[in-house]
Formats: sequence, structure tokens, C-alpha cells
Amino acid sequence: MPDGRADQERGRTLNTHIAILSPTAILGYGFPETSFREGLSRNPDAIAVDAGSTDPGPYYLGSGESFTNRDAVKRDLLLIINAGLEKNIPVLIGTAGGSGARPHLQWCMEIIDDVLSDLNRCALVAEISSDQDPDTVVDALSSGRISGLGPVPTLDVEAIQNSSNIVAQMGVEPVIEALERDAQIIVTGRCYDPAVFAAVPIKAGFSEALALHMGKILECAAIAAAPGSGSDCMIGVLDETGFTIEALSPERMCTVTSVAAHTLYEKADPRFLPGPGGVLDLTECKFEEVNERSVRVNGTRLQKSAHYAIKLEGARPVGYRTISIAGIRAPDLILQLDDVLAAVRDRVFSNFQSINPSDVQLLFRCYGQNGVMGELEPVTDQIPYEVGLVIEVIAKTQMIADTVCSFARSTLLHFGYPGRLSTAGNLAFPYSPSDISHGVVYEFSIYHLMTIEDPIGPFPIRLKEMGVAS
Amino acid sequence: MKLSDLATVIRSKNAGPFELTFDVLFATKDDFEVVVRSEILSARSFADLFRIPESDVLSIVEFEPALAIKVTIKRVRASGTFGETDVYGAQQHAPLLSLEVPDYR
Repeated sequence: MPDGRADQERGRTLNTHIAILSPTAILGYGFPETSFREGLSRNPDAIAVDAGSTDPGPYYLGSGESFTNRDAVKRDLLLIINAGLEKNIPVLIGTAGGSGARPHLQWCMEIIDDVLSDLNRCALVAEISSDQDPDTVVDALSSGRISGLGPVPTLDVEAIQNSSNIVAQMGVEPVIEALERDAQIIVTGRCYDPAVFAAVPIKAGFSEALALHMGKILECAAIAAAPGSGSDCMIGVLDETGFTIEALSPERMCTVTSVAAHTLYEKADPRFLPGPGGVLDLTECKFEEVNERSVRVNGTRLQKSAHYAIKLEGARPVGYRTISIAGIRAPDLILQLDDVLAAVRDRVFSNFQSINPSDVQLLFRCYGQNGVMGELEPVTDQIPYEVGLVIEVIAKTQMIADTVCSFARSTLLHFGYPGRLSTAGNLAFPYSPSDISHGVVYEFSIYHLMTIEDPIGPFPIRLKEMGVAS
Repeated sequence: MKLSDLATVIRSKNAGPFELTFDVLFATKDDFEVVVRSEILSARSFADLFRIPESDVLSIVEFEPALAIKVTIKRVRASGTFGETDVYGAQQHAPLLSLEVPDYR
């Protein structure tokens, strides 16, 4: 334990250092209780956890569902909230419910309510929403305040209006505001991942650059350790000149390589990390091993942007999906599979004159050929001994998707290709029923930057007393 | 010598829904420098390997603190859009494994 910490009665403004505990890479991914207790024994000044990502694809933002499991999130929150209230330190949850839109936030708030009643505790909870009104975004577009983020299509009004959810990534400012209003638990909508880790140190007067960089590493918890894990705890301790990242499980180390390598993770350029209001500049950064469990980092700089920009994310529905999964083992069919699939496609569309082919997308995925890499697959001259086939249809309605998928499946099952020996059927189905109605399909419609005047304004903060009054 | 014999990590992953990024990490500065010098991880080599236009190779960064070379390309389609084969982009690295590292002693 750092010197004198026990006597300081949480006098954070007097601290020469500040510690943030990160229990897990994504809320709901779990963590060992032993690591968590080890973290708590260091007297952290806050427990922060990231709950979101765009990685699982557009469905979750579009539909309002979480990609994490409710029971798994509740299990993590029971431990985290109990510890936070016992130690009287804030608990901060970034990008609630996975994507941070209103239904995600509501889902997480319900779990928190449940946790507080299980614990028989009450707490002042701040809910910071990140939903952006489509009209506001259209206004920003027409006044030239929106720009693309990397190789994205140009944004138009239709994409904005068709999006079922539009969120913006908040920076640290709204989170600090919630801390200033004495919130014990802060639940954010879409949030720049490091912000919930950096808010407490920045509020206490520590370097913004170092706090954000520390947050950048802590947000993935033990993924930055060796061996890496998405479900184990890490702690970061920040002082005036740098910060130290430490793995809390005796099974893991933090090495210069593991921490520096994490800086590369899921981003295009490890030297410059853009976020709300500025860019972290790592070009002068030094990573040094303190011992085999911890690494010290310093030299991070923050270049503030002339105009404060936030990242908008949106997803829109594009139709309904039905799939059918089957295997092919017949060598003669595999040899002429492309021709057979083209013929099946023709037969499907000629059979349903009432279905406009432009309203339907039909795809045959061939695992064993290019199912994983598609157009990027360089291997084109090898003949597999079996092929995993997914017939996929996206259409305007679930009924049309079901019809086309069913007909493509039955046509292919009995298709008489030249030289066919196996005349009883061309497909091996693992399941009955063979077809799966998959529901609404979404795509990312907005991934753009919007400049704003006030970093707090677009993110309304609501405080409420939740749980059981003691 | 193949790149997979020399590198300690060879991986791919989304960098946001519109970009795909490849990381190749090495154990020693020598190994890192050999591969940097060899230019086998270049816009040209990625264009050839994945049959994409060179202009779709968005950046190549040599990051010495991690002994890493990072190459980012434009995704064929935004993550999860119709025709997607790899929502997370985590299995697109395989063609890099067998790249020949020339002049390695």
C-alpha cells in the first residue's frame, strides 16, 4: 500500500497519486474475485469499467440490444457496486449496454436497480445519455460541422433519418460534471473508452494526457497483460510524472511489450490517438518495466483540437435475414460448385416473378473456399474435400427472406448437375428445421465527426437516488 | 525464413467499422529491423497479397516501442454489411504468415 494512504481519509486533493481499478475488459466478461480483492487492497480511488464496443457489428446499436448477457453483467456489477459503496469510491460505467443508446442505458439502469436491491443499499446514480436527435445531426450536416472519419461514405440526410439509433461519444467533461454532483455510480451512454478511467484523475488535477493514456490501456483491463485476458483485473496508478500499470493476477505479467503492443490494438496509428477534443500524442512516450508485474509510462502529450469534435455512430435497418446451413461432401459437386450456385440463383428468381430481384440479396457462403476472407482470399487454386455452405437471404420482409431462402435450399438440394452420381440429395443438413429466420439486419449508417461548442451540452445528466433507503 | 517463424504476433482486427488493421510484432529489435528493411509489409505487398488497390492501403506505421509494424487497409465493406465474412476482422491475417523474409541470417 502506498505510504500514508490509510490515514488520508480519501483526501483525494492531497494525494500525490491516484489509483483506478479496472475489473474487466467489458462489463459482463467477468473477472476472478481474487484479482478484484487484490485490486481493492491497493485502495483505489475509483472503479471504472468499459461496457461497450462497435466490434460486434451494427446490429446491437441498431436494435438497442446488448451484446453482453444480463446475468453476466449483473454478476460483475454486484461485486463492483458493493465494493464501490463499501469503500465509498465512485463506480463509473462507460458505454452502458454495449452501444450506449437509450435502450442500452435503460437496460443497464434496470440491472443496477436490481443489484442495489439485492445488496439492500441505495446510491446516487448519474445517468448520462448520448443519444443525438436526428434533426440536430441534420442541422450540423447542413452547417458543415460534420466530417467523415476515415474511409466512410459521405453522410446524407436520408442516412441520418433512417438510423434507428444515433449516439455520440462523450469525452471526460460530462463524467467530471457528474462526479462534481457527487454521483456514487455514473452510467454513461456512448463514451470515449478512456473517459470513465480518466475523469477521476483529471478532476483531481492530474495531467489530462497521462490520465487519458492510462485510461486507454485500462479500458481493456488485462488484455494489456501477458498472457492477455479479457476477463481479469488491472490497476493503474497515476502521479505527477507518469503512470504505472499493474496486473493483479499472479498468473499475469505486464511487460513493456505487452503494454506497448496494446497501444496498437484496434486502431490505425499507435502514435496519435484521436479522442473528443484532442489527440493523444505518443511519439515521445517511454515504457519502462518496474518489475515483472508492472510497467511505467510517461511522456504522453495531448494536442487539443481547435474545434471540439465528437464521434457520431448510427445504424439503420436494411431488411430481414434468413439463413440455412448445410455441408457438401460430393467431390463432383464441389468441382462445379460455382456453376451450380449460379444456376440455382437463376432458378430462384425466375420462379418468383412477383419478387423483384433488386429487393432481395441472395448469397451463398462457401466455407472451405473463401468463407472467411471473401474477396481478400488469396488462395484460389485449392479444391476442398468438403464445403460448409450458408445460404443467406436479406429481403424487405421476413416472409420474402424465408421464401427465397427455402426455395434456394430445396432447389440446391435436388439440383441435377452434369455427371451427378448422388441423386438422392446434394446437401447435408445439421439441423431440422434447416432454415433460421434471423430477424432485422442493420448496417452502420453514421461514423462521422461532429464539431460542438459545449462538450457537456449534448450529453444530458440525470441524477437519481436508486435502491433501498437504509 | 517465413514471417511466422520470425514474428511473435501476427494479427488482424477492425480499427473501427470501416478499417482493418494488421499488427506484426517481434521479439527483438534486430528481427523488427530486418523486416522493416525488407519492405515485405508495404502498400505494394498488401495490394498484391489481398488483391486490393494500393490506394486502399491507408497507412503503414513502424512503432518501435512495441517492435511492431502496423498496416491498415480499407475494409471491403463496413463491418456487418451484407456479404460480411468477418465482423471483428480477426481472421484476415493468415496470408501474412507465409510471407518470405528475404536475406535473414
